[in-house]
Amino acid sequence: MSGSAGDGLLVVVDSRIHRLPAQVKIVALFVFVLAVVSTPAGVFWAFALYAVLLAACVALAKLPVATVMRRLAVETPFLVFALVLPFVATGPQIDVLGVSVSESGILGSWNVLAKGTLGVVAAIVLSASTAPRELLAGLERLRLPSTLVAILSFMIRYLSVVSDDLHRMRIARESRGYAGGRAGHLKAVAGGVGALFVRSFERGERVHLAMQSRGYTGRMPQLATSGAARNQWLEGLTISLLAVLIAVTARVASL
Amino acid sequence: MHVPDGFFDAPTSIATGLIAAGAVGFSLQRANREIRETGPALAGLTAAFVFAVQMVNFPVGAGTSGHLLGGALAAALVGPWTAVLVMSTVLLVQGLLFADGGLTALGTNITLMGVVTVIVGYFVTRALLKALPKRVGSVVPATTVGALISVPVAALCFTGLYVIGGAVDIPLGKLATAMVGWHILVGLGEAVITAAVLSAVVATRPDLVYAARHLQADLVLVDADGNTSTVSPDKPIAAKPAGRSFGVGVAATLLVAGVVSLFASAHPDGLEFVGAKLGFESAAKDSAVAGSPLADYGVSGIGNSQVSGALAGIIGVLVTIAVGLAIAKIASLRSSARAEQTDLMQS
Repeated sequence: MSGSAGDGLLVVVDSRIHRLPAQVKIVALFVFVLAVVSTPAGVFWAFALYAVLLAACVALAKLPVATVMRRLAVETPFLVFALVLPFVATGPQIDVLGVSVSESGILGSWNVLAKGTLGVVAAIVLSASTAPRELLAGLERLRLPSTLVAILSFMIRYLSVVSDDLHRMRIARESRGYAGGRAGHLKAVAGGVGALFVRSFERGERVHLAMQSRGYTGRMPQLATSGAARNQWLEGLTISLLAVLIAVTARVASL
Repeated sequence: MHVPDGFFDAPTSIATGLIAAGAVGFSLQRANREIRETGPALAGLTAAFVFAVQMVNFPVGAGTSGHLLGGALAAALVGPWTAVLVMSTVLLVQGLLFADGGLTALGTNITLMGVVTVIVGYFVTRALLKALPKRVGSVVPATTVGALISVPVAALCFTGLYVIGGAVDIPLGKLATAMVGWHILVGLGEAVITAAVLSAVVATRPDLVYAARHLQADLVLVDADGNTSTVSPDKPIAAKPAGRSFGVGVAATLLVAGVVSLFASAHPDGLEFVGAKLGFESAAKDSAVAGSPLADYGVSGIGNSQVSGALAGIIGVLVTIAVGLAIAKIASLRSSARAEQTDLMQS
C-alpha cells in the first residue's frame, strides 16, 4: 500500500484514452454508467453489447486484463448479496437443480451482478487511465466547488504520506509484540490510530501556515490552461453515446 | 458497504444524488468559516486519515476484527460540517480513483455513509454531552453511543431506499431485520473502535476534539503575588443557533423514526407473514417502481404501519432537507459570492 496510494490505480502507459482530458472521461463514464443502470434487466443482448464496448475501451487504453480482473474484487460484498437474493426474494418460485428459488430474485441477482460489474469495469478504465491530479483538474473544470477541490487535492497529495505514517506505526507496534490479532491488542492499535489523527491534524495546520506564508489565497494556480477541444469531446463521448443508443433501443424493445 | 452501480434504480440514484449534493453544499457553507480559518489542508489531511483508517483492521473481540466507517468519529473530531465534507471527499476518491462504489451510486453512498452517519453520530453525541458531566472525557462515551446508533440508522436508510428503488421485492420485515440486526453488530464494532481511538486523542490532544472544545477547563493563572485569574480557552467558532436547532430537529426525527421501526422489527414473525403476503402481490404486479417513488412506496411499502411510518418519516425528512437546502443555497449564492469578493480584495 505504501508509496503508491497517491497515484490511485493509474496504469502508466500511453494510449488514446490516457491522452483524453479528464473532464471528458468523467462525463463519458457518467453517461455510460447511467445508460447501463437505466437498461431493463431482462434485455440480455444490451448487456452483451455494453460488455463489448467496455472490452474495446480496455483494449484501447492498453490496460492489462489481469489487472482489471484483480481490481474487480471491490465488488465482492455485493456479489454475496446478489447470490443470496434468489433465496430470499418473494414471487413465483421456480426449480433450479432441485432447489426452489424466486424468479424475480434470479433476475434481480443478474441485474445487480451485470450492472455492478459493468460500472466497476468502467470506473476502473477511468481510474487506470487518469492520474489523480488530472482528475482534480477535470473536476475543477466541471465546476466542483473550489473548496471541495482544494480538500480533495490535499487529501490526494497527502494520502501516501498518511498511509506511510500508518505503515511505520504498524511496524513499530508489531515489533513491540502487538500483532493486532487479539482483543487485548485493541488499545495498542487504537492508540496508533489516535496518534495518526493527531499527526495528520498537526501536519494539516503546518501545511496551511506554510502555504499561507507563500501567498496561498484558496486556489491552486492552474497549469494546464486549455479546456477540452470539441473533437476531444466527440472522441471521448463516442462510446458513451453508443451506450445511450443501446439503452434507448433496449427500453423501446422491452415495451 | 459501498453500493455499486445498478443496485438502485435510476430515479433513486438521482434523488439521493440531489440529497447528497444539497447536504454537501450546505456543509460547505457552514464549514466555510472554519475552513477559511484553518485551511483546506486540514480537512484534506483528515480525509486522508479517514481513508487510511478504513483500511486498518481492529480486533473487536470474539476472534473477529472490524474496520471503521468513521462518520461519528470524524464528526466528533472535526465537527459535523467539515466531517460531511471529509467523508464525501473520501467516498469521491474511492469512487473515482479506486473504482470502489459506483459513480451513479455516489449520491447514495454519500447520503448513507457521509451524511447520515455523521449527522446522527454528531447530534447523538451532542445530546448525550448535555446529560453527561461537563468534562472533556465525557466525549468518549457520548461519541461511542453516537457511533453505535449511526450505523444501524444508516442501514435503516439503506433499507428504506431499497424499498423505494430496489430491483427485487424482498419482504421488508426480513430485509430490515437482517440489515439492522447485522449492522447493530457492525455498529458495536464501530463503537468500540471509535471509543478506543477517541480516548487516545483525548489523552494526548484534548483540545483537538471539536465536540469537546466547549468543555475544556478554564486555565487558572497564579501571578507572583498569589492572585489567581482564570482564562477561558479559545472558544470554537459558534454555530448559528438556527442551524443547531434545525440539525437537532433532523436528528431527533431520524432517531425517533429509527427507534420506532427498530421496535417494530423486533417481531420478525408477524412482519414476515405480512411481508410475504404483500411481497407476493407486488412481485406479480411487475416492479414498476420507476414512476413515482414515494407513491409506489406507499403501495408496496409493506402493511406494517409502524415500519412504513418510520421509513416515510426518514424519507420525508431527507426530502425536506434537500428542498430546504436547495432554496437556502440559491438564496445565499449571491451574498456568499459578494463576501468572497470582498475577502479577496482585502487579502
